[in-house]
Parts: sequence; structure tokens; C-alpha cells
Amino acid sequence: MRRIALAILSTVAALVLLFTYRTSRGPATRSTTATAAPPGVVSQHGVTPSATGLAGTGVPDGSPAAPGAGHGTMTVNGTRVDTVQGPVQVQIKITAGRIVDVVVLVRPAGGPHHDEVNNYALPLLKEQALRSQSAEIDGVSGATATSGGYRSSLQAALDAASGR
Amino acid sequence: MTAATATRRAWVEQIMGTPISIHLRGTAPMRRRVVAVEAVYAELRDVDRIFSTYRLDSEISRLSSGLTTVERCDPAVRTVLDLCEQARVRTDGYFDVHLPGPDGVARLDPSGLVKGWAAERAARHLAALRDDDHYVNAGGDIALRCGEGRPPWRIGVEHPDRPGGLVGVVALTGGGIATSGTAHRGAHIVDPTTGHPATAVRAVTVVGPSLLWADVYATAAVARGLAGLDWLAAQDGFEALTVLPDGRVAATTGMTTMLQRHRPPGS
Repeated sequence: MRRIALAILSTVAALVLLFTYRTSRGPATRSTTATAAPPGVVSQHGVTPSATGLAGTGVPDGSPAAPGAGHGTMTVNGTRVDTVQGPVQVQIKITAGRIVDVVVLVRPAGGPHHDEVNNYALPLLKEQALRSQSAEIDGVSGATATSGGYRSSLQAALDAASGR
Repeated sequence: MTAATATRRAWVEQIMGTPISIHLRGTAPMRRRVVAVEAVYAELRDVDRIFSTYRLDSEISRLSSGLTTVERCDPAVRTVLDLCEQARVRTDGYFDVHLPGPDGVARLDPSGLVKGWAAERAARHLAALRDDDHYVNAGGDIALRCGEGRPPWRIGVEHPDRPGGLVGVVALTGGGIATSGTAHRGAHIVDPTTGHPATAVRAVTVVGPSLLWADVYATAAVARGLAGLDWLAAQDGFEALTVLPDGRVAATTGMTTMLQRHRPPGS
């Protein structure tokens, strides 16, 4: 479940970046929150807690092939990512192994256009996150990816989830 | 020191113009993992130096323009050229490294075989980590292995028209899975019977005991177009699926079984 959570976080972060880039014609941006929340597991109820520390050390890989393992609720903050548009940070909530909420903690703010895009993007983010979660995959096979395509790919999210 | 906990770790590096990911899963010590992973990347960088058609000073470029001979090249060049010839014969000429490129000019370009061959060969450094399962993903073509009795790697097959969307999921414990098609880079596989880019199918994914051959067969099947799947079904040990231009998916019997076993919930 933890591994899945990490993969989802990376996917969601990548998607936030994608949508953010589309608004790149705006003026210089500022962040809605001055400082980002510390990344990692915020709260965890009803499941066996494991060591905190996201994407920094080897991620404990619990019982293999346990879809939807764990019946508690877990809230995880992603790492703050700095983009040309400003910092981005997302948080997800997982209950009984399923993602139930995606919250953008920190996002670029550059006026009404940004908010409009963000309002439009959030439901899509949630849908994408749900889809990647239900697949529960370790890797992705596809036609040769360019480095540009890779950055927003599911494989990149999986790499980031277990990367250094 | 407590009993070793299974951990999972991934690396990614850009070589041969494509991101190459390595995933390890198991109880091997991190220092041994780092040594093995670095050996894989070092070998792939060497392969790139020899076979890059983008470098004018690579042996393959010099060979292609007649500035050197096979005998004077690294022994890997002979190995790869022999495999290319085997591939041409096995695919009835649908995989041919002497075909004209996008500019219509014919030149020696074994890139379509080198990536899969190199990834599969370099992965042997990871097989030395007996307590780890591994996979190497070279731009969507994956060589993988799981220890005996350990769970398989679940590999999603990317939908060619919906990045991030999946055609399906297959669980594999060894061998390779490769996808060729017109996604990402546009049509770049030539049908040797017409000389034009093959466009009858969007993508072909092949699973088999070897990444090298899964990759070659996937490319050859795209070149064959609609007849590619029937041809693949006749290849022993290989299973395949094809995504058609209208989004429909056709698969060999074995592949259909594999996909049904791992159908994501709610689909």
C-alpha cells in the first residue's frame, strides 16, 4: 500500500506539473503558501506503521501482490517540486488501500487563469491517480519514449517512487 | 543486525537516447546493488559508443561509411551484425537493418536490435544479485527476472494513444517484453514490400523468453501490419497483442489469458 501511495504521489505530482506548464504565458508567479509541508506520511491509522522518509531510502516492500492491503487511512505528503511556475506539492489520502482524496497543498498562483486551470485539473488528477492505482504495476512497456515523453510517463512515476 | 528486509530500489539513466530504468527488489545489500547497477550502465554506455548512429566517430558510423572494416571493430559489432542477419531470416525480411531510414537513404542502422540485445546482455550483472529480482526497462522494452518462488513483475502495456493509460497488465517472472509501434516518434518502421512506413497497426507488444527476440518480433510484426499477429502466433514461446488504428486490441490466445488474469478491478 505504501509503495502504491508513493507511485500515486509521483504520478499526481507529474500531472500537476503538466497542467502547470499549460499556463506558462502568465506573469511571474508566487506560491499560495510560503513554505511547503514536510514530505512523508502525515498520519496512519489502523495499519502497521513503517519507517518514514519518502523516496530517500529503500522503500519497504511488504507482502507481495496484496492488492488493496491495509484497511486504515493514510495521509501522505509528496515532496515539494520547484517548477518554472513556482513550487508544487500534493497530498493524498488513502482508505482501505484506495485513494479517496487528492489535495494540492502548494501550487503556483498567478491570477484567475491559474485558479481556473487548477479547478479544472483537480478532478482529472484524481481520476488519473485512481486509474494508476487500480492497475498496480511495477513497470510499463511502450513504444520508444523520448526523454520529453518520459518525464510525464507512468514509468517515470514508478522510477521516482523507488528512486533515490 | 536484524534479518534482511526486502527493499525496492530504482535507478534511471539516459543512454542511447532513451531513459533506462533499473528496478531491484529483494534483500541484496545496497553496496552490492550499486556495484551491479553501475556495471550495467557502464556496459550500456560502451555499447552506445560503439553503435550510436548519431556519433560520426562510432565504429558503426565508420563502418557504414566504409572507413573501417568489421574485422577492425570491437567483437560486439560482429556479434550484432550476425544477430541482425539471423533476425532478417527469422522474420522473412520484415526486420532488416539495411532498410532506408526516414530520409529514404539506405544505411547500416542496427539500432532496432542493439537496444534490446544490450539491455538483455547487461542485465546479467543484476542476475548475480541472487537475493534480488530485477528488471531493466530500456525505453519501454523490458528484460526481467524473478527468483524461484518469488512473485512476478507486473508490467503494464501502455496504450499508444493515451499516455499513462494501459491496454492491460501481464505478470512475468523472466524473459522480456517489448513494444514497437508508431506512438511517441511517429511512423518509423518501414514495410520492406512497399518501402513506405508501416501504418496498418498502432502498436505491437511481444512477450517471450528473450528481450532481444521479443523486440525484433515486435518490430517485424508492425512492418507486417494486420498479418503480423498471425505470424507471431506461430512463433514458439512468444505471445503478442496488437493495438489497431481504431483502438481495438487483438491478441494471441496465450496473451489473452495473461491479460485476463490481471484485469484491473472495475474494467
